[in-house]
Amino acid sequence: METRHDHRPDAARRRRLSVLAQGEGVLLAERWAALGIDPECALVRGPEVGLIALRGRMGGGGAPFNFGEATATRATVRLADGTIGHAVALGRDTKKVKLAAVIDALAQDEAMAARIDEQVIAPLERAIVARDGRRAEETAATRVDFFTMVRGDD
Amino acid sequence: MPTGMMAGAEFAGAFASPVFDAQAVFRALMEAMARPGTIQPVAASARAPEPLAPAAAALALTLCDADTPVWLDAPLSAEAAVSRWLAFHTGAPVTADAGGAAFALIADAGALASLDRFAHGTQDYPDRSATLIVQAGSLTAGPALTLKGPGIEDSATIAPTGLPQCFADLWAANNALFPRGIDLVLAGPGAVAALPRTTRIVAKGD
Repeated sequence: METRHDHRPDAARRRRLSVLAQGEGVLLAERWAALGIDPECALVRGPEVGLIALRGRMGGGGAPFNFGEATATRATVRLADGTIGHAVALGRDTKKVKLAAVIDALAQDEAMAARIDEQVIAPLERAIVARDGRRAEETAATRVDFFTMVRGDD
Repeated sequence: MPTGMMAGAEFAGAFASPVFDAQAVFRALMEAMARPGTIQPVAASARAPEPLAPAAAALALTLCDADTPVWLDAPLSAEAAVSRWLAFHTGAPVTADAGGAAFALIADAGALASLDRFAHGTQDYPDRSATLIVQAGSLTAGPALTLKGPGIEDSATIAPTGLPQCFADLWAANNALFPRGIDLVLAGPGAVAALPRTTRIVAKGD
């Protein structure tokens, strides 16, 4: 992840939400508990589970076609000071998504953002990179190369 | 991040029970479309930022989604909170291009000089047309319109406020395009009525 450099003004928030969406719920809950904060918050919407439509493009540049649907969960929360936080993630882990929305709201405060990035986002990101690396290795181990023998007919 | 910091009205006001309320509003709208000129009560409440009225907001929550571009008239588009409310609750893209909109939300119908700017569909696909959702202060206190057409046994009368003076002419021009043309939904206080493209406005006694 993070292969392209993001220069948009809300790049830090995008990266945070991306990590929260991809991270494991169990690890997130663990890191959150270690942070030791429990702000008061009201649920504005959700957490609710729904379907999102997926579209694909052949080779990345073809005409878009409907590919299927995926289960996704979204939540919006409001903190006591009125700050709103949003989160969406694939799957149906409502606890994780609610927590991600609370973290998104808290991280709009800059001092809190630094603390959250260091203690929650960074460990989650390391776990995601390790998980993806492991998966890529497992896939690579079973790779089969197809090639055609030269038949020698000329 | 200004959008996150401003915990404004755009996050409040959704249906209390999203599925059942949307179904109830859809049923009311379907009845209104099937029986033009009748006034169908809309019980479900939706609160949107001013000047988007509750009945029009309920219709927007029921009908709009990510696939339906929405066009807002001048009073509605002047209020940024209205666009943000629609974006948060429906996911519908707000467009400045009236011809590309599936729905047009209109707070001040009196300013409508023409219906030409909206999509009328094509001869092959007359369904690719815009549906106008027009806010009316009242559906019974304005100048009376006598309606005839499919879904009306003899004739029906409706008296919405706020329509332009030339509305009967605009509507006759819309009728002439059939099967193309726009459909119009009137959102009054706690009620809706509809003028589908098949409904004609006739002079009294015709």
